This record gives sequence, structure tokens and C-alpha cells, in this order.
Amino acid sequence: MEPGPGGQKGSGKWQRPRFTRKALMRCCLVKWILASAAPQGPDSSDSDLELSTVRHQPEGLEQLQAQTKFTKKELQSLYRGFKNECPSGLVDEETFKTIYSQFFPQGDATTYAHFLFNAFDVDRNGSIRFEDFVIGLSVLLRGSVTEKLNWAFNLYDINKDGYITKEEMLAIMKSIYDMMGRYTYPTVRDDAPSEHVEKFFQKMDRNRDGVVTIDEFIETCQKDENIMSSMQLFENVI
Amino acid sequence: MAAGVATWLPFARAAAVGWLPLAKKSMPKPPVDKKSRNDEILFVNVSGLRFQTWKNTLDRYPDTLLGSSEKEFFYNEDTQEYFFDRDPEMFRHILNFYRTGKLHYPRHECIQAFDEELAFYGIVPEIIGDCCMEEYRDRKKENQERLAEDTEAEMATDIPLPPDSTSRERLWRAFENPHTSTMALVFYYVTGFFIAVSVIANVVETVPCRPPKGSVKDLPCGEKYSLAFFCMDTACVLIFTFEYLMRLFAAPSRCKFMRSVMSVIDVVAIMPYYIGLVMPENEDVSGAFVTLRVFRVFRIFKFSRHSQGLRILGYTLKSCASELGFLLFSLTMAIIIFATVMYYAEKGTKGTNFTSIPASFWYTIVTMTTLGYGDMVPNTIAGKIFGSICSLSGVLVIALPVPVIVSNFSRIYHQNQRADKMRAQQKVRLARIRLAKKGTTNAFLQYKEDGGLQDRDSDSTALCVKNRSSFEHQHHHLLHCLEKTTNHEFTDELTYSEVCMTESVGYRTSRSTSLSSQQGLSSSCCPRRPKRRAIRLANSTVSVSRGSVQELDMLHVQKVAHQRLSVCASSRSSLNARSEDLKLNCDDRDFTAAIISIPTPPANTPDESLPPSPAVPGILRNSRSGSFTHETVKISSL
Repeated sequence: MEPGPGGQKGSGKWQRPRFTRKALMRCCLVKWILASAAPQGPDSSDSDLELSTVRHQPEGLEQLQAQTKFTKKELQSLYRGFKNECPSGLVDEETFKTIYSQFFPQGDATTYAHFLFNAFDVDRNGSIRFEDFVIGLSVLLRGSVTEKLNWAFNLYDINKDGYITKEEMLAIMKSIYDMMGRYTYPTVRDDAPSEHVEKFFQKMDRNRDGVVTIDEFIETCQKDENIMSSMQLFENVI
Repeated sequence: MAAGVATWLPFARAAAVGWLPLAKKSMPKPPVDKKSRNDEILFVNVSGLRFQTWKNTLDRYPDTLLGSSEKEFFYNEDTQEYFFDRDPEMFRHILNFYRTGKLHYPRHECIQAFDEELAFYGIVPEIIGDCCMEEYRDRKKENQERLAEDTEAEMATDIPLPPDSTSRERLWRAFENPHTSTMALVFYYVTGFFIAVSVIANVVETVPCRPPKGSVKDLPCGEKYSLAFFCMDTACVLIFTFEYLMRLFAAPSRCKFMRSVMSVIDVVAIMPYYIGLVMPENEDVSGAFVTLRVFRVFRIFKFSRHSQGLRILGYTLKSCASELGFLLFSLTMAIIIFATVMYYAEKGTKGTNFTSIPASFWYTIVTMTTLGYGDMVPNTIAGKIFGSICSLSGVLVIALPVPVIVSNFSRIYHQNQRADKMRAQQKVRLARIRLAKKGTTNAFLQYKEDGGLQDRDSDSTALCVKNRSSFEHQHHHLLHCLEKTTNHEFTDELTYSEVCMTESVGYRTSRSTSLSSQQGLSSSCCPRRPKRRAIRLANSTVSVSRGSVQELDMLHVQKVAHQRLSVCASSRSSLNARSEDLKLNCDDRDFTAAIISIPTPPANTPDESLPPSPAVPGILRNSRSGSFTHETVKISSL
């Protein structure tokens, strides 16, 4: 066995430690002393500050007016409310879940809030900006029926692949039933969500291929009177 | 709900579009909001200082003065502003609460003034944010204690007793406040004198007097003039016994009195005498008897009734007990260590004083407290070394850190208290959240009961429904949409458990249901206790009699009265003159509903089974407390 270049580890024989300057510097104690003496590096404290200094300014009022169907006053009012709640201009998922859960005190609204969050957060960056918020609201409140149905389809399609599968629908349905909570009349049975999903698929899935596409969805909804009439319900919310 | 949530409600309602394709039933109509939607700036003039804010900001908290229609009472038509004749400095904080959702307590303000302002504006102090909550609580507690002290002191002064007090009360008062009557004062001084006499006699008893003729040894005076001392002792004990018995007779609560410290001292002071009387003049027991005499010195503690200072000292010691205990413990540890070391160091020496470790304790204590009697000294070198270490550490352990320890403990103690306070606060916060949730649910269920969810036109709806804020209308509409989507209804915990019980136990009875039991909620009987249910079932086999109808009336009257009280208590809108109509409308409908159900024997809903949910503090308004009307409409189906 030829000896490797000097100082190779794992050679099996204990090497006498050399008190070189290098070795000394590597000693933990020295490192610690130096570290505590040196001024605080920029890396440690910054990560705490990072989140709080991130701020988002929305696009101009005119641009938003062009993108949405809200009037200037409405946009102003919306932004005031939004900014008051989220001074940084962004809503992250946890905050969103907390806010949404407060409307449904009896049940657990966090799962549905998660799906909602993904539906609003179009660019999937983990936070909702004011533009996302207002564009989503514009579709829901001032959009045409087709746009609203599109939005609903987008909500149900969890992985955004253009198809609603039974699993996705079941997840959505379960989350909705979760919001009802325990104390309901009649009591929510365990198979209620799946039963509901079956009914939904029976209605929507025309070609019985196990998935619902956007065209099937829109077509079926347009034929259903109840759904069409209820689409007008929330127009006066703002 | 918090301020911000009101802002998000439109968003939550818009998101309900996602339920529409899934709904099992058709969706209800949304509430019509006739008020103008445009946000406007309001002017609020508080004693000359003019504030401006958006109307939406104030509407965030609909159950406070500024957020509800109550502020209309303060509207000044001429100047087009709301005028409040209150403190403008405080108003700044109140308004900031609306703006930020957090209530802060200004440290320089008087706590009572702040509380009064909060009460005026209808804000509950529990909302104070965490940053200021501790300060607020501390100041409040301090204030309350001070007030309690003041009231106590007030009561303790010479307020004349009500004329119809019994002699017993007068006697007790005389004992507690000797300044009230001359007799009491005389008695007070007499007892004081006799305590002093008794203590001095105890002391003088042991002084050596000149020996009687024919003897060399010095006798203690007690034995020379034994008769005189005995007579003095008897007199004192008689007085003390008399006093104790009088106090026992006059005490308002005898058990409490007997357990109090002063009473124990009294008993301990006089017991030795009586024990000495009954004990025979026996050599064996006289030793024990002598020991008992020591307890006579406790008579000196009776002075604490006469001295405020002694009482304060006792109280201080009691309150510092844990710190002192720890100090003692650490000293004990040091003593044991050094005693052990000294013992083993000196073990070899002949004729040493350090015969055992306990014997070395004495040396260690004397050395550490720097007394140094010199009755025990180490001889070996090791012993001397350790002895010097012992004395040096004694200086350190005892002399130096007493103030440091005291301040340290003060800090640790407060930290501990802070941890406890935070835990308590956490519990309070969780309880508050639970209460708020329950309040929201209850409000929604009550709203349903009042028929708020049916299609309404302006005339037929009860005013109590109309008067709810638009926020509540919209929120309830949202919850109703959810119900329709899933085709299940929200209920409360009680009804849910009832229904469970019905389904499992009373199933045979509900089989033969009448039509009326299909609507709404039906159950066999009482909510909580199954035992009662069994009894009820038996009763309900009796056919409907006048009695049961009267029972229903009675029940209903009770319930109406209960509701009326609760409406007055919690609804702000009941300030309106139309409040009578308001209640009547709602109650009438309930009443008619109940009458319809009479053919089947009514389930006797005990009103007391439902604890009225307390008015949710400042967060969501409960226009009624939790006595649900649908409980009384329950029909036993047989």
C-alpha cells in the first residue's frame, strides 16, 4: 500500500496532532471566541426581517380598473379594507385560513379555505396579492355566468389539469361537509360526501368516463335552472 | 368577530359561488340592503376635538355605541356631526380601536376613568391587546385592592351600628374596634395591662431572690413567693379565659373564629394553667408540666391585637415564606457539607469535640455566621484549612448575597407570576374564542327561529329580526347557503345530543310520528337527564288535560319573562321606543306555534337546563340569550 499524500484521514494510525496555525483556527473553542467577538453577520438577523419587510404595492388604480369590472370608488374601498387587514399587501395561506374559519364557527373550514386559496392564488406563489384578490372578486361578482362557472371548475380542479376526478370532487365535498361541523340535523353520515359526489358525477359526467371536463360542466350547469338562477345571487355583495 | 373579518365578509360571500353547482337544494335569496353602499366620511366631535373617519371603520363593531344606531342619538343636525361630551384624549384610543382592531391602554391614565369611557362607548375591556393587557390588569387589581382597603377602613371606623343589631353583634364589634364604646376601650386596656403583668410575672419568677432564712442557695422568686405568683397567674388566666369565651360567643362564625391565629394563641396561652390544675403533683409528669409552662410566653403574642405593627410583621413573614424557606434550605445544605468535611477531617484527633456530624453542625453554624464562640476548634491541619474555608464561605453565604438573593427572588417570583398570568390569560382567551364561536352559532340559530331566513316583505317580519345589522343578515345568509348546499341544518349541541338520544333510545316512540313532528326538531322529551325522560314518558300517556295546557302557559310566561330580561340586558337596539313591539312580535309567533302543538302532550322543557349564554363580550351581539324557542315547540310523539 502506498502511503497517500500526507495527512490522509482514515489511515488507521493515530497521527500526532500538529499545532499548526490552521489546526488552531479550526478548533471549536477558538471559532466560538472569534464569532462572539466579531460583529454580528448579516445572515442570521436578516432572515427574521425578511418576511416583515416584504411588501407589495398593487398596480395603479387605472390598470386595475381596466382589468376588473369594479368602479374606482369600489376599488378604493376594497383596497382600504384589504390594506388595513394586511399592511404588507399580501395574504399568506395561514392568515387566509384563519380569516375564513371565523365565518364558520361550528365546523372546520381550513381544508376548504386551502382550496379557495389555491383558486385565488393564480400564479401559485403562496400568497394572495391585492390584484389576485380583486380580479377573483370581479369574476365572482361581476362576471358572466360562463366566467363564474369557469371559476368554479377551476376551484374543483385541484391539480389544475382540466379534469375533475372523483377523488378531487370527494376532497372538495368532504371539506364542505367539514364546515358544517358536528352539530347538524340530520346528522352528517360518513358516506354523505361520497353520496353527494356520486350524484354530482351522475349529473355532470355525460360520457361516463369518470372525469368531468370543463365543457361537460358548463353544458350541464347551463341546462340546470336552479344553478342558473342562483348565479345572480351574489351580485350585490359589494 | 374581529374587525377585519367584517371586511372579509363580502369576499366570503363571493366565494360561495363555488358551492352553487353542488347545491342539493336551491339557494335562498340574499338579504336586501337598502342602505346606501357608498362609504362616507363621518365627523365626530368630542368636546371640541374633531375626528374624521370612514363610516365603514365604525361599522366594524356593530355592538358598540359608535358602530350601532345608538350614535344617532348624538347626531347634531346643525353641524352635521356626532357630538360627544367626553374626554377627547381617551377618545383617541377608542377610535384607534376601530381603526386597528386593537385596544390599547394608555399608561398615564387613571384606570377608573378609562373603564368608564369604555363602558360609555360599549367596549368590553377584555379586548385589550396583549401588549397592554398585563399593565391594565395589574393596575386594575391594585385599584381594587386599594378600594377594598378603603372600604374596610371605612367600615372599621366609628360607623354607628344599625339600631336593630343584636347584643351579640354589638359585643363582636366592641371586641374588634375598641374605640366604639367606652366599655370596650376599658376592656381593651385592662386586657393589655394583664397581658403585660402576666409576661412580667413570668420573667420575674425566674430571677433569683434572696434565700429564705436557713438556706444558702439562691431561690428563684417564683418558688419563694409561690403563692403570690400563683394568685397573679390565676387572675390573669381568669381574665384571659373570660375574654376568650366572650369572643367565642360574639363571633359571627364560630368555626372560623376558632381556626384563626389569634384564637389559637389565646388557647395556647391559657392551657398550661388548666393542665397544671388538673395534673397531680407527681414527680414523673411534673417535668412535662414544667415544659408546658414555656407556652405561657406565648401570651406576649396576644399583644398583636393591640399592635398594628406586629400584625404587619407577621403578614410580611407569611408572604415571604417561600423565599425564606429556600434561603434556609441552601444554608442547611452548606452546613451539612461543611459539617461532614470537618468531622472527617478531625476524626483522627484524640479528645476532639467533633464527635459526630451532628455535633459538627454547631461548629459550622457558629463559624459560618462569623460568631466564633471557640468552644469547638479544629486541631488538624486539614481541619483548620477546611475551617477557614468554612468561615470565608460563611461570610460570602450570609453577609453578601442577602440583598442579591432578595432581589433575585423578587425577579423570579414576578417571572413566575407572569408565566401564571400568561397561562391564565391564554385560558381566558381560549374561553373567549369558544364563547364567541358559540355566540355566533347561537345568533344564527336564533335568527332562523325568528324566521329571518324566509322570504320576507317589510311588514310581516318581526322587528327583532329587522333590527339586526346588515352584517349579521349577510353572514346568516351565507350560513344558510351552506346549509342548502349540503342539505343539512345547523343545530346546537343540546339538540344534537337529544336527537342522538331519540334516535337510539326512544326510537319506538318516534315511529308513530304525527305530521307535526316532521317539521323542525322533535324529540321525546327532556334534554339532559335520561332519568327524567323516563318519568316524562310515563306522564305523557295521560291524555291532555287542563293541567298540561296551564303548564304550557306557565312555561311560556316564564320563558317570555326570561327572554324579556335577556333582551333588555343584551340588545342595544332595545333602546328604541319600539322595543315593546319588537318583543311582542317575536313572542307572539312563538306562542302560536306552541298552541298548535297542544294536541300532543308538551315536552316539559326545563328552562333552567339551558344556561343563558352570557352576552358575548363586545364581539358579536346576541340579541337573545341562549334560551332557544324551538325547545318549547318540541312535541312528544306518541
